[in-house]
Amino acid sequence: MTPLQLNTTPFHQRTAALAQGHAWRRWAGHAVLGCYQLHHDREYAAIRSGSGLIDVSPLYKYLIHGRDACRLLNRIVPRNVAKCQVGRVLYTPWCDSHGKVIDDGTISRLGEKTYRLTSADPNIRWLTDNAGGMDVVIEDVSRSLGAVALQGPTARDILARVADAEVESLRYFHLTEGTIRGIPVTISRTGYTGDLGYEIWVAADRAVPLWDALVETGADYGLLPAGILALDVARIEAGLLMIDVDYVSAHRALIDSQFSSPYELNLGWTVNLEKGPFNGRDALVAEHRHGPTWAFVGIEVDWEGLIELYAAVGLPPQLPTTAWRISVPLYVGRTQVGYATSGCWSPVLKKYIALAHVETRFAAPGTAIEMEVTVEHHRRPVAVTVVKTPFFDPERKKAGAAGQRGSGAGDGT
Amino acid sequence: MTRPYDAIIIGAGHNGLVTAAYLGRAGKRVLVLERRHLVGGAAVTEEIFPGFKYSVFSYVVSLLRPDIIRELDLASHGLQILPLESTLTPLPNGDYFMAWGDHDLARQELQRHAPRDVEAYDEFGRLMHHMAMAVRPILGMIPPDPTSLSPGDLKSLLKLGKHFHDLGPERFHMLYRLMTMSSADFLEDWFECEPLKATKSASGIIGTFLGPRSPGTAYVLMHHYMGDIDGAFRAWGFARGGTGAISEAIAGAARAAGVEIRTEASVERVMVERGKAVGVALEDGTEIRARTVVSALDPRRTFLQLLDQSLLPDDLIDGLRRYRYRGSSGKVNLALSELPNFTCMPGPGAHLAGAISISPSIDYLERAYDDAKYGEFSRRPFMDCIFPSVIDPGMAPPGQHVMSIFVQYAPYDLNGGWTDAKREAFGDAVIDTLAEYAPNLKSAILHRQVITPKDIEDIAGLTEGNIFHGELALNQLFFLRPAARWAKYRTPVKRYYQCGSGTHPGGGIMGASGRLAAREILADWRGS
Repeated sequence: MTPLQLNTTPFHQRTAALAQGHAWRRWAGHAVLGCYQLHHDREYAAIRSGSGLIDVSPLYKYLIHGRDACRLLNRIVPRNVAKCQVGRVLYTPWCDSHGKVIDDGTISRLGEKTYRLTSADPNIRWLTDNAGGMDVVIEDVSRSLGAVALQGPTARDILARVADAEVESLRYFHLTEGTIRGIPVTISRTGYTGDLGYEIWVAADRAVPLWDALVETGADYGLLPAGILALDVARIEAGLLMIDVDYVSAHRALIDSQFSSPYELNLGWTVNLEKGPFNGRDALVAEHRHGPTWAFVGIEVDWEGLIELYAAVGLPPQLPTTAWRISVPLYVGRTQVGYATSGCWSPVLKKYIALAHVETRFAAPGTAIEMEVTVEHHRRPVAVTVVKTPFFDPERKKAGAAGQRGSGAGDGT
Repeated sequence: MTRPYDAIIIGAGHNGLVTAAYLGRAGKRVLVLERRHLVGGAAVTEEIFPGFKYSVFSYVVSLLRPDIIRELDLASHGLQILPLESTLTPLPNGDYFMAWGDHDLARQELQRHAPRDVEAYDEFGRLMHHMAMAVRPILGMIPPDPTSLSPGDLKSLLKLGKHFHDLGPERFHMLYRLMTMSSADFLEDWFECEPLKATKSASGIIGTFLGPRSPGTAYVLMHHYMGDIDGAFRAWGFARGGTGAISEAIAGAARAAGVEIRTEASVERVMVERGKAVGVALEDGTEIRARTVVSALDPRRTFLQLLDQSLLPDDLIDGLRRYRYRGSSGKVNLALSELPNFTCMPGPGAHLAGAISISPSIDYLERAYDDAKYGEFSRRPFMDCIFPSVIDPGMAPPGQHVMSIFVQYAPYDLNGGWTDAKREAFGDAVIDTLAEYAPNLKSAILHRQVITPKDIEDIAGLTEGNIFHGELALNQLFFLRPAARWAKYRTPVKRYYQCGSGTHPGGGIMGASGRLAAREILADWRGS
């Protein structure tokens, strides 16, 4: 009998033992910790000053192998997968036939004919339905493969010490095979924090000793296990969007206004209209010609404005203590011109930031609009400015190790 | 001398009570007459065995219109709907399929049976949302006559035409498929998991004399999705106190509006003078006069039994003859000393607070139908079971339980007719089949009540024991329910109306027929 419980990750034995407040949250049908400590402050700080160790196993993972593996992926995603060399990783959304985004994730080319796709939602039906007549085998390895993200300025030093792999020379959005204390792992220089960082992919049955190795080695480098609350702040600072929060999957959207195209999500850079046919191409060609109606932008709250609003009620400015994930209206005068979908106080930037959908004519950086804030139970407009994302983009994210040349930009995030 | 009655409602089923409550709230003097000693019709809770309460004929609720709950303030009259979170389908091989209400748990279970169905489940849910949204406005509409050129009908038809046009081609085509296909074929288009398909397709056969492979059942399947889309109102639930508590709440709202309800008052006929209904005559000879008479009974009783047939046009009598009842379901209610222990999921657990569906495969359901097609009850029937006492401890003494088993097929026209022996044989088939999945069931039974379609007819007064006052089939819905030209709650006799489940939209503990009928009656009064 299946116990009536959410799935747990391969690291559960370790993560559960560290849960000070038992702050379990759901992620893709798994129980994961919002924070290990009673507050996520220190976990977030570790990501930006030491290293955060984040269990990202709930991601869906598919191994796609065979002569037509590249052809299948190229049919599904708008990016040109043919350009992805062995040992490289690319980020991409994928669309339905109307050019609306279904999901987003990464494609890692593990071998000549072998790729791994990660996604936020299950995609086995979508993959197999698109693979008709192709010589390709699709294997769901979501549960058999664990994944842990090691993110932060000391991540490379930790891995260099513990891993038997070419880590120091590993460039942004590249991957390498190796071992950690004898445990076979794949290490990719990827992550969801916009910082220097890696994701380590391991067979589920070796996940616990891998965790131990990283935690023990990391002790000298400011490593802390970090939960998804800390991750949420980091990913907003990095300007990275999240399904179900910042957009609705085309497979779940109920009304026209709930669908989003890659252009509307600031992912136009992933769309290659020249590479040949792919799902949604015709619609995207048309949208590219006319220009999208919506844009996905970063906004920064005007600090002075916030101070004034709170001063008027006799309080110092109140800031969100965790990242919020609700829809907040944006105005120009009395007209609503968009809505923010996630926001937070950025401790590293000392700014109140948010990710937002706005009509394209308000999308240029520097555009002044207003966001609704609730000040002591009263709704008030506060001035906000459209800014470029990522909000936080440290050089170390893409830089090589000291004495190594910088890893090339243009690899794509 | 008291004011004469504005309206007499014949039958205190839930639709009759809804009509009465709305008329009462409009300030009218209303009398409801009920043949039995309690109100509710087929939605009654009775203590058949001391200490154990059975929802004798019915069991769950999802379709009760939220506007009725709100407008009649049923919550303040005691209506409380408790959640029914899951459906367990035990399988002959000892495994099971569990449809959890929780999305993550539902995915976990689908992943175990058929990984592709995980995605299909979301897409199907969205499709049914769209289809239910497409059909829902029709449910709240007085059915227009498509052959009429009257301004009112034309206006409604135009509105309907625009509605379908606005659906867009994709949804319209899907709706067309839904209207024409069998539930099995429709589900085959989406799912691989056999018990999932079977359990879902079962919704498409309930209360019909059709099998899952019969065309038209896909629509009935969708009819049951209608309750899912009202946000705050739970999908499928169990009324605290059983389905009788729903009737009691509506009766409470009616009484609060000044409605008088008289039980053990059996109406023999509707009195008609100069083509107008003027009151009713009871079986004991009493005559009660009223400005208007409304029948909440099924069409056969409303037209052919309560009225002198010479008052009716030939084509209506013809139409009523073609209107099919064919009751196909029965009910077994059990008082239990302990809960059944299901081999596939032993011991107590959350599954017993949900439904248990005996529907392992579409073949299984179709074979159950095969028996019925040739006049026998299913030797191995489809069953939808719940344990009301697990959900609501007030239904049985502490530690003991009641079990409600909806059973299909049990044809009204059983070969040789229903007898006491046949009824017990039918009950045995039910218990024997269930005991294969829960071996301790037989020894736990303290009392057993078996209800056949004949019993439903005899006790609740539903013709041929059809729980929906006539099959919910496309050929007798909307402007054809119950008959062409008489689908707007009126009858050829002036001031005589119909408000039961045999009028549009009909079916389930929904109340929509009763509400629409009240609206039409009030409109006529304002006009006169």
